Amino acid sequence: MIRLEHFYIVLGLMLVVASFMSLRDRHNPKRYSTSLFWALYAVVYLVGERLDPAIAGLLMVVMALIAGFGGVSLGQYGSLTKEERSTSARRLGHKLFIPAMIIPAVTMIGATLLKDVEFGGMVLLEQKHLTIVSLGVASLLAVGAACWLTRSTPVQGMREWRRLADAMGWAVVLPHMLAVLGLLFAEAGVGKAVAHVTTTYINMDSRFIAVAVFCIGMALFTIIMGNGFAAFPVMAGGVGIPILVGVYGANPAVMAAIGMFSAYCGTLMTPMAANFNIVPVALLELPDKNAVIKAQIPTALPLLAANIFLLYFLMDQK
Amino acid sequence: MQSAVNLWPLIGVAVIILGFVLRAHPVLVVVAACAATGLAASMPLETILATLGTAFIKTRNLPMILLLPLAAIGLLERFGLKEHAQASIAKIRAATAGRLLIFYLFVREVSAAFGLTSLGGHASMVRPLVVPMAEGAAEARNGTLSDKLRYRIRAMSAATDNVGLFFGEDVFVAFGAIVLMQTILNAEGIAVNPLHIAMWGIPTAITAFIIHTWNLTRLDREIAREGAAK
Repeated sequence: MIRLEHFYIVLGLMLVVASFMSLRDRHNPKRYSTSLFWALYAVVYLVGERLDPAIAGLLMVVMALIAGFGGVSLGQYGSLTKEERSTSARRLGHKLFIPAMIIPAVTMIGATLLKDVEFGGMVLLEQKHLTIVSLGVASLLAVGAACWLTRSTPVQGMREWRRLADAMGWAVVLPHMLAVLGLLFAEAGVGKAVAHVTTTYINMDSRFIAVAVFCIGMALFTIIMGNGFAAFPVMAGGVGIPILVGVYGANPAVMAAIGMFSAYCGTLMTPMAANFNIVPVALLELPDKNAVIKAQIPTALPLLAANIFLLYFLMDQK
Repeated sequence: MQSAVNLWPLIGVAVIILGFVLRAHPVLVVVAACAATGLAASMPLETILATLGTAFIKTRNLPMILLLPLAAIGLLERFGLKEHAQASIAKIRAATAGRLLIFYLFVREVSAAFGLTSLGGHASMVRPLVVPMAEGAAEARNGTLSDKLRYRIRAMSAATDNVGLFFGEDVFVAFGAIVLMQTILNAEGIAVNPLHIAMWGIPTAITAFIIHTWNLTRLDREIAREGAAK
């Protein structure tokens, strides 16, 4: 069976290679700290659960300090010039799309058609992490196809991988660290405290105000936590179920569906949802950290208002 | 009963807000918020580190979706994937950046609604294909693009992927969020059919498509304005 652990090892080894390449890259002004950063991240993937929790925590803090004080920097990657790339593009033509399409296509096939396929009595892909495992297989196949098409070696693939990973730098680990913060928030009871503050000080005698508090609360809470899944239980438990369903007789399915979508409006507006809002900024080399959030606000705010009205008018539907 | 709620953990939230207001480095803000939350819950230092460490290892599957496709994407970029995507779109005369992104929004939202959430993503679709095509379509009309407009097209491409994914996936019955909602309602003694939750998501999904499409036509007008000013 192909399991998630296998790809932890693949990624861990890629990080080791990137770390060595960084160490030898004399054009990188901070090659030692860049190399250390990727090496520490490799430990997280290669040693994983066998690592003592306190040491893993220390490792995370050290990585954050390296990244936070600008220790991850760019080197030189032997890229081709724009003319060379254009010539190669004319030579290879539409064939260049094939490996690029392998990634989504194989991931989709793995996650749907190969879901229950068995091989010698064992399922082919680990069920619990089906998407990531399928994506891992797809990525490796795509590297193979790209090497074959461009007559390059996997080592060249690693050089390109390091180029993109360095370009993103700290943005690679930000979503990971925010997920840690989310778990810590949950453990410390931040959700309960926020729900307490919102429900205690706002008067919800009017049906419309109650609906608005529910939707806006979902969005605000998500902006703070960076994740709609963290906001939903709190706002549904604090306002949705006792007040909208309990007092105003709302259809719970409508309350839940529109409530979660209100949370998603918050996701569009928060740097805490780094995977969606900060990583693409790094990946697309945008100078303004908030560029993606700014592009999303004109969709998120009108949609949040629309949600309030949709919930208000649809909540009696059975 | 209300006095039982401990408000101290909100310090972590305050640190986050303060950090973003002061424009401190996001990674440092997150670590400071972790420390503040842990201290407010009066955990000893070693417990804080251990809690962080356990969570850090547990959530390490998260960056995989971003990191695994990069080797193939990087190789293809080296050999002209972006240049080819730009040249291909320039041949389609009716293409504009906005229309292309509306098409992508539609495909992304509908495929996510059928559970095919992996057809897209910032690393595997937006950077290698969507952005070069959107920029290529705009360049074919305007000749050259100012940096400001180029960045705006890129940001709108990323935004389009997010909007399509978010408001599509929740209409799919087997999606995790719907399971989560059903579980929470069940725990409160309310039985709901997951199909109904998915169905009641459709009005918002359609509204999201309309609003974002309108914003994308605004992007086309911006591009046309810059083109006319030259």
